[in-house]
Amino acid sequence: MTLTETTPSVASRSWLRPGPFALTLPALLLLTLLFMLPLLRLFSLSFAGGFGWYEKALTGGLYTAILYRTFEIAGIVTFFSLIIGYPVAFLLATTTPVWRAIGFAFVMLPLWTSVLVRTYAWMVLLGRNGIINRLLIDSGLLEAPLSLLNSRLAVILGMVHVMLPFMILPIYSALTRIDPDLPKAARGLGASEARILTTIYLPLALRGIVAGVTLVFVVSLGFYITPALLGGGKVMMFAMVIEQQVREFLAWNFAGALSVILLAVTLLMFWLLNQGVARHLRD
Amino acid sequence: MVETTRVKGQGRRGAGAGRILLRVVCGLIFAFLMLPLLVLFPISFSSGSYLRFPPPGFSLKWYARYFDDPTWIDATFRSLQVGAATTVLALLIGIPLAFGLARGRFRGRALIENGISAPIIVPHIVISIAIYGLFSRLGLIGEWYGIAVAHTVLALPFVVIVLLSGLRDFDTSLELAARGLGASPIEAARTVTLPILAPSVYSAAFLAFITSFDELVVAMFISGANMTLPKKMFDSIMSEIEPTVAAVSAIQIVLVSALLLLGTWLRRPVTAPHVR
Repeated sequence: MTLTETTPSVASRSWLRPGPFALTLPALLLLTLLFMLPLLRLFSLSFAGGFGWYEKALTGGLYTAILYRTFEIAGIVTFFSLIIGYPVAFLLATTTPVWRAIGFAFVMLPLWTSVLVRTYAWMVLLGRNGIINRLLIDSGLLEAPLSLLNSRLAVILGMVHVMLPFMILPIYSALTRIDPDLPKAARGLGASEARILTTIYLPLALRGIVAGVTLVFVVSLGFYITPALLGGGKVMMFAMVIEQQVREFLAWNFAGALSVILLAVTLLMFWLLNQGVARHLRD
Repeated sequence: MVETTRVKGQGRRGAGAGRILLRVVCGLIFAFLMLPLLVLFPISFSSGSYLRFPPPGFSLKWYARYFDDPTWIDATFRSLQVGAATTVLALLIGIPLAFGLARGRFRGRALIENGISAPIIVPHIVISIAIYGLFSRLGLIGEWYGIAVAHTVLALPFVVIVLLSGLRDFDTSLELAARGLGASPIEAARTVTLPILAPSVYSAAFLAFITSFDELVVAMFISGANMTLPKKMFDSIMSEIEPTVAAVSAIQIVLVSALLLLGTWLRRPVTAPHVR
């Protein structure tokens, strides 16, 4: 490579930005045609004949009860993901590089295994002839198999398993940003490990914790596969109702109204949780 | 990199009772994460005709059933085809978008950057039935490219997030240096920009492929009779209690592990340390 006479001037910086807005056009086109417009069309169906479909969804108690149960399950899943995800993130952030790599493999491999495969695995574990029942019976702790499957417990176990990596990763990333001199200084000044955890790690990791909580809660609200398979029709979540309305009853207008409700609730929770962080970071 | 090296060595300190407890707790959590994946292997080699543990004997019949059944193999190839098309589309659309967002300053840039994550937040069931409504009117139900286009919408946010973080860490003075030394824009892009960005592109491609290959809810609505692999698995789980799905799952787990190892190797740092 030889030096040419024309050394690029400052003006030629512009080759780094070849019409930046134009570069976003293919993506905008795709998202408009296959995301925005189909959603708007679905939503417009829900307003056919005024607010009648919303009235049907929000009165009578059936659908609001399912919405409430969906919230409850999402909340429980988020809670357990946080209390078992935090120690893992903490260990990964503070251990030696070799152990970190091994720990990461244990977190990433389930993450990249499909939700369907993992849900099926839980069916194998929890079934009447499943491994957990077999072990309990063989060890004499049980006489007859427990029906673990098709229960709320099964749905929550499966969902925590799916969502846990999404809790661990943001907390880990927040923890690695903490200046290691802080805990060292605290230790030097005689602080106990528990005190270091509560006064240094937890507050400084808060940003990651809120990111994880937001992601897990918001995604849990829309879960379909895991409750459909592990709940066995006994545990209804909101997404399953929407699916049922479209596939079984072709009730597009009503499904549209239910979709608007689920989306509105999801966006509201997303916004509220983000507001919480914003307020905290300002303080 | 900087952050991770900073906390290194902390583990050796403070290995008190708390630390040991932490390790035990994390060991149990790792077991919880890995156990469901591991149990599928003995089940997949079972000679029993339904899900039973421990398996009554060893056999390869569920693997044989998978490979001998054209509906399973068709579904697998359809999913591979859809996944590959999704990867290519998501990169073709996502790479320019990431460059535009990382290096451009134009009105609405922040709006686009936030808006691009919308398909992650909006519940997939809502996206699914919205696209189902559109595709039924267009007569696209059952077409593999229709599924690929729909999957591209879901994969695009991940591709853009990964590429953006790669581009934000990227020192543009390296490109300027190459240009200053006489490289043409194309030469600079080929010899400087691409090699440095390659790890992000590999990650993005992997994410796009997995997003499509594992996706069930959208495919459930729009794949019609031409099932993708997840749809075929879902139907099989719902209708029969036999371990063919365990064999398919075991194959998938092995393939994903292999891809992850390949990814670690591909994403190893290509440049000398302290580039930044």
